[in-house]
Amino acid sequence: MKAVLTVVGKDAVGILAKVSTECAKYNVNILDVSQSILQDMFCMIMIGDVDKLNIPFGDFSDAMAKLGKEIGMDVHVMHEDLFNSMHRI
Amino acid sequence: MLETRDILETISMIQDENLDIRTVTMGISLLDCIDSDIDKACARVYEKITTKAKNLVPVCEEIEKELGIPIINKRISVTPIAMIAAACRSKEVVKFAITLEKAAREVGVNFIGGYSALVQKGFAAGDKELIESIPEALSVTDHICSSVNIGSTKTGLNMDAIAMMGNVVRKASELTADRQCIGAAKLVVFCNAPEDNPFMAGAFHGPGEPDCVINVGVSGPGVVRAALARPEAQGLDLSGVADLIKRTAFKITRMGQLVAQRASQRLGVQFGIIDLSLAPTPAVGDSVAHILEEIGLESVGACGTTACLAMLNDAVKKGGVMASSHVGGLSGAFIPVTEDAGMIDAARSGALTIEKLEAMTAVCSVGLDMINIPGDTPAEVISAIIADEAAIGMVNSKTTAVRVIPAIGLKVGEELNFGGLLGSGPVMPVSKYSPLKFISRGGRIPAPLQSLKN
Repeated sequence: MKAVLTVVGKDAVGILAKVSTECAKYNVNILDVSQSILQDMFCMIMIGDVDKLNIPFGDFSDAMAKLGKEIGMDVHVMHEDLFNSMHRI
Repeated sequence: MLETRDILETISMIQDENLDIRTVTMGISLLDCIDSDIDKACARVYEKITTKAKNLVPVCEEIEKELGIPIINKRISVTPIAMIAAACRSKEVVKFAITLEKAAREVGVNFIGGYSALVQKGFAAGDKELIESIPEALSVTDHICSSVNIGSTKTGLNMDAIAMMGNVVRKASELTADRQCIGAAKLVVFCNAPEDNPFMAGAFHGPGEPDCVINVGVSGPGVVRAALARPEAQGLDLSGVADLIKRTAFKITRMGQLVAQRASQRLGVQFGIIDLSLAPTPAVGDSVAHILEEIGLESVGACGTTACLAMLNDAVKKGGVMASSHVGGLSGAFIPVTEDAGMIDAARSGALTIEKLEAMTAVCSVGLDMINIPGDTPAEVISAIIADEAAIGMVNSKTTAVRVIPAIGLKVGEELNFGGLLGSGPVMPVSKYSPLKFISRGGRIPAPLQSLKN
């Protein structure tokens, strides 16, 4: 089972480090990362394996959103099924 | 493999374009709660609803978090209460409304629909009592929605019921005049009412439905408008516009299908239908009127509105049908005036009139919806509005409905403000000429021919 994490906000030092540390804390294995910086807007998409997640998915999603608030970024966690069902026939 | 472009598209649909699941509605049959003692029946109704729907809200909240999609409303629809009340010796039917309200509060749903009667051909035991009790039921409760089916293509129109409903709508408004006449906003009069509609105020759980079922209503006018507003859509001809709407509706509906499957699996309840609807909200960027304007009208209500709406409605269905395993409910574009920022503006400026709205209802999913009319509109005029609208539904084999709110004490141009999803809007003018003799005749309008179609 995979989750899609998106992180959007003003670029700063250590965003990737903070987000991936939080993922490691909940036992999420990061499979793929794509990031781009447009002017000074930072936009990152991570795909994480959540099979061995050590807390319920909803709590993980809340924890990431909370982290986002702390570091001044918009962080969203969504299940990959959503994207597969919307964009694949 | 997931593509960045697809991920970003989905995220901007949800964050910027107000894409959401409008409602997950659990339909619950109350047929096994019937008892000749009304108190016993009420106790059973309460027990059944609070057992079946115990996990509805938590499960929906769990799915919301998991998929990252807002589910705006969690609702319940029940068997038309007139059928349950028919067996009771007591005529205090309002007791059922109070029971439903208590159950709705207990399980935490936003609305419970089904304080309803199906009288398209005539009144059975319990129907008249229930209809007469609607204004009181809506004034003493907050979460109850009520509907009455007064006609169908197969049976024609029950004009006695239509005459009655004019008074009921007025009274529902009068009893809640101190609360922006909210009573009438929770009451809808149908022709060809669907039995599996998840949307309020018209949701009820039809007698042909299973014991318990999950129906889902999707939304997404903002997403369709945003797709049409992109630079690459500007040069499209109308075939291209229809295709773009179809593609967008497909994606919206797939999301609804995913949520419906998860909800039904986790609740252990059969999946019923997806209602393929574009349901607006008063929020900026979530308006069906703005889609029509994006297609090329200066304002909704202009000549060409009916044609644009017909195309939009059809394209939404064509796109949605392939995305879902079962489609039902109302399915189409809703045009409620007070719930749609673009409609509100057009009604205020006079670009949109009730007559134009009536024409639009011939090609859209429902009918004259959330329209404020002058507080001094006589009951027979309301009945005649219902008769006109029902005739359109009856002849065209489609669902039509009327939800008008007589704004007690207010005149044309003054405004009612319901708050929340129900929105606000100006009082619109209604024809001053009297249909009194027509409405007082009573009887039935016979069912129309289904051939020789012209």
